Amino acid sequence: MSFINYMAREINCKIVYYGPGLCGKTTNLQYIYERTNPDAKGKMISLATETERTLFFDFLPLSLGEIRGFKTRFHLYTVPGQVFYDASRKLILKGVDGVIFVADSQMERLEANQESVENLRTNLAEQGYSLEKVPYVIQYNKRDLPNVVPVEELRALINPMNVPDFEANARSGTGVFDTLKAVSRLVLNELRRGG
Amino acid sequence: MVNPQMVMYEEEFNQIQTVVDRLVREANAKVVFIVDKNGQLIAASGEVDNIDTTSLASLTAGNIAATGGIAKLLRENEFATQFHEGEKANIHIQLVGNRVILVVIFDSKSSLGLVRLRVRKASDELNRIFEALLSKVQEPGGDSPFAEITDEDIDNLFND
Repeated sequence: MSFINYMAREINCKIVYYGPGLCGKTTNLQYIYERTNPDAKGKMISLATETERTLFFDFLPLSLGEIRGFKTRFHLYTVPGQVFYDASRKLILKGVDGVIFVADSQMERLEANQESVENLRTNLAEQGYSLEKVPYVIQYNKRDLPNVVPVEELRALINPMNVPDFEANARSGTGVFDTLKAVSRLVLNELRRGG
Repeated sequence: MVNPQMVMYEEEFNQIQTVVDRLVREANAKVVFIVDKNGQLIAASGEVDNIDTTSLASLTAGNIAATGGIAKLLRENEFATQFHEGEKANIHIQLVGNRVILVVIFDSKSSLGLVRLRVRKASDELNRIFEALLSKVQEPGGDSPFAEITDEDIDNLFND
């Protein structure tokens, strides 16, 4: 749920990166952080375990510029991907304006992707949202690895609604900003409709 | 959407700012801020120049969310108050009207007792202001400034 501040002339939106463990959600945020002008970003916060697995969330505030005299700010969050952190994932989805699902393209993670999409659907529903209505895009990450599933096959399995989807390699940055822009566009369109 | 959109107008903002400014003085606090449950900073007062209020807002909301999750597991409605004691700084976190979070950071110039007392009074006032704000937001006919935005406006945001 976006926050419109008429006093500060700001609009704040919350974007959540979702996906199975080790799919590259944090890597997406790190790349965005590294490549963003210092004036346009705040500090990146990572609540991670000692082995750098996300424990609760990563957080990165970004300013996109002005629209009709309102500063647009996006708060990017990741969820912990590991199955047993489900309680934390639910909390982070509260008040979400847009979701990016980061899929791990490797053959051996196919099932983990499908489980994670189902988990996203369930957890959104618990918050009163539906995956069909919330601004939603998919990123097929790790396309540079040798053992990847063809995009067509991934699409058939995890993108039956045919939402905007992108191939990416978050480590090198390919597709990272395209994915973010696509979801931001959907979020702003939703605002226009008064959602 | 399940929740009405969070909107802040000048009138209510000024009322809220008055409450937090006064709370800084009356509680001898270093910093007071208000965050909505989704982690968006609403107002701040005190020595805010040296702290990263955006990060604090997000972490406080995460903290409240996690504590709320624990409460649910224990079949409690919520834990409305939290207090963290440090060597120099202390932080008092109060959920107001199950909607916004009032955070007070203070040092040895104040005390937990004083902060609790002042927070209680401020919470009542804030609750009234946010209730009025919510009913205003839910009134039909409020124009969104974004109803008129064009595809071009959105494209312009992404011209690097």
